[in-house]
Amino acid sequence: MAGILVVAEVIGGELSPTSLELLGAARKLSSEGAGSVTAFVAGEDHAQALISGGADAVVAGTAAFTSYDTYLPAVDAAIEQSGADIVLVGQSSLGRDLGPAIAFRHKVAVSMDTNAMGIDNGRLRATRSAYGGNARAEHTFQGDLQVVTVKGKQFDALEPDSSRTGSVTTTDAIGETSISIVSTDKAESEGIKLEDADAIVSGGRGLGDAAGFAGLEELAALLGGAVGASRAACDLGWYPPSQQVGLTGKTVTPNLYIAVAISGASQHMAGMTGAKNIVAINKDEDANMVRVSRFAVIEDYKNVVPALVEEIQKLL
Amino acid sequence: MKIIVCVKQIPDPETPAASFRVDEAAKKVVPAQGIAPVVNPYDPQATEAALRLKEAAGEGSVTVVSLGEESARDAIKHALAMGADEGVLVTGPEFDGIDNFQTAVALAKTIEKLEGADLVLMGRASADWDMGVVPSGVAQIMGVPFVSVAKSIDNNGGILRVERVLDDGFQTVDVPTPAVVSISNEFGEPRYPQLRQIMLAAKKTVQVWGADDIGIAGSESGEANRWFPLEALYVPTVESNVEIIEGDSPEEKARNLALKLRDAKLV
Ligand SMILES: Cc1cc2nc3c(=O)[nH]c(=O)nc-3n(C[C@H](O)[C@H](O)[C@H](O)COP(=O)(O)OP(=O)(O)OC[C@H]3O[C@@H](n4cnc5c(N)ncnc54)[C@H](O)[C@@H]3O)c2cc1C
Ligand SMILES: Nc1ncnc2c1ncn2[C@@H]1O[C@H](COP(=O)(O)O)[C@@H](O)[C@H]1O
Repeated sequence: MAGILVVAEVIGGELSPTSLELLGAARKLSSEGAGSVTAFVAGEDHAQALISGGADAVVAGTAAFTSYDTYLPAVDAAIEQSGADIVLVGQSSLGRDLGPAIAFRHKVAVSMDTNAMGIDNGRLRATRSAYGGNARAEHTFQGDLQVVTVKGKQFDALEPDSSRTGSVTTTDAIGETSISIVSTDKAESEGIKLEDADAIVSGGRGLGDAAGFAGLEELAALLGGAVGASRAACDLGWYPPSQQVGLTGKTVTPNLYIAVAISGASQHMAGMTGAKNIVAINKDEDANMVRVSRFAVIEDYKNVVPALVEEIQKLL
Repeated sequence: MKIIVCVKQIPDPETPAASFRVDEAAKKVVPAQGIAPVVNPYDPQATEAALRLKEAAGEGSVTVVSLGEESARDAIKHALAMGADEGVLVTGPEFDGIDNFQTAVALAKTIEKLEGADLVLMGRASADWDMGVVPSGVAQIMGVPFVSVAKSIDNNGGILRVERVLDDGFQTVDVPTPAVVSISNEFGEPRYPQLRQIMLAAKKTVQVWGADDIGIAGSESGEANRWFPLEALYVPTVESNVEIIEGDSPEEKARNLALKLRDAKLV
């Protein structure tokens, strides 16, 4: 029996947006012949939201899960109950650990950070970027189970349909763990989250120092957006890693992305090429970021950012 | 504490897009001219983590393992020059074209042949395939706990306190040894080998093992037995339609940009 299992995630009491995007992707695979869509979720609170979002059935884990390894037997129970041969997991902090753990338990591969999926002769074909975004690779899978992780914003969620119905079952399975969580500290994110922002102003190594971010914050505030950073800027300690955009940071898809003093390395681009309009402010006309942008200003950012703030203020 | 660090040699991930080429028929990256392969950037940080733990304890050993072509010896030498004690190079035609999953199996077998370790340290991902699965796989096969994306590790008498980087903050966990931990860039700069250490490293032993030595069977090895068959590899095309904003001064350019953004309804 074929089918798709979506491993949904609850973050801060809410179903993660990625979970609903995974359901959207799963419905599409289902329409290509991959079978019915089951969602696994911790707790029973969100079952109806998952069904409205596209699940045909929900398996709710009722145990008190802690570290990722505690979820594994419950996910296995959901795989068994649903008969799924495709497992979709969000590439979150949790999913990044869960995906490979599920795969190796079943001695099968997992396609990490997958960009596109399709069904070909009844089997999954996954497209992902490799070599820091310089290459695209298309893969098939050996074995009974095809496991995939997907970052946020890669697929569209469906319009929730509360008239949809589906079965809800539970599992009390939980894995033993020797990992004990001592503390979890959320980075205090003032204002809009990067992933949700419609406008993002990001800064890179070319800012020269942490103080360079002040002007970017002002510009972002004016646009009602958020501030991002390149890894170079984060590694220098100028901005917190939670604001890093790119392969190892956040994937963002704002309407407007203003890249200030960022060269446009493939690993940075991997997180923001989904932006609809890119603006580059860079000293170097040949910078890759300039090449991919819609508008570019070739100048020292120090002379442009304050003037841009002023000019936009006048227009508003 | 006995620590094993796994390091991988990869094409330089900072290779500019313009020099990056793929042989689509062979489904392989063509080495860029004049750009030497490097140690996967997270792996020296894993070595650094191992050395700091050894130094803090005042005892213990650090063994470096790399699976790859003969040239991967350079990645091992780099770790030895940083201060690791000895190296193992796993190499041979059986490993040509293998995937990350087969790599995990081979590394786990190598670690088994080394009679295990209290701690196996790896990078969070290798910057060629950008998968980040080998550490999880090695832990699973060894049957020990795995903690990912560490920014610091301390050993409190066999219980490791690991600070991890999350999407939206940090997490501190305790995990008993033996364990596998993967290290992230937030760990900080690894030490730079000094000339004297590079010379000393030349005297350290690097054992070379093949598939037979670690017990990898023919039915598991090579491209034909990938768990994750590669069907196509290509360079995505990006077209450039950039409009360079003109102006006689930075201020005028800023004004012209503001107007363009307004006309495009972006502000
Ligand atoms: C495995 C791996 C994962 C990675 N993941 C990420 C990731 O998630 N995100 C990420 O961002 N990077 C990532 N990187 C790093 C990436 O390869 C680049 O090194 C990094 O993005 C460069 O940051 P940058 O553009 O800020 O700095 P640089 O490349 O140094 O660019 C600085 C830019 O600023 C411009 N500039 C300098 N001064 C000024 C000025 N006064 N005014 C205007 N412009 C100026 C320069 O022309 C240049 O274009 C990763 C690398 C690896 C190997
Ligand atoms: N061929 C290899 N030899 C040694 N270590 C490896 C190899 N491949 C992966 N690793 C280790 O596993 C980590 C994650 O790799 P990956 O899962 O391939 O992204 C790397 O940072 C290395 O520490």
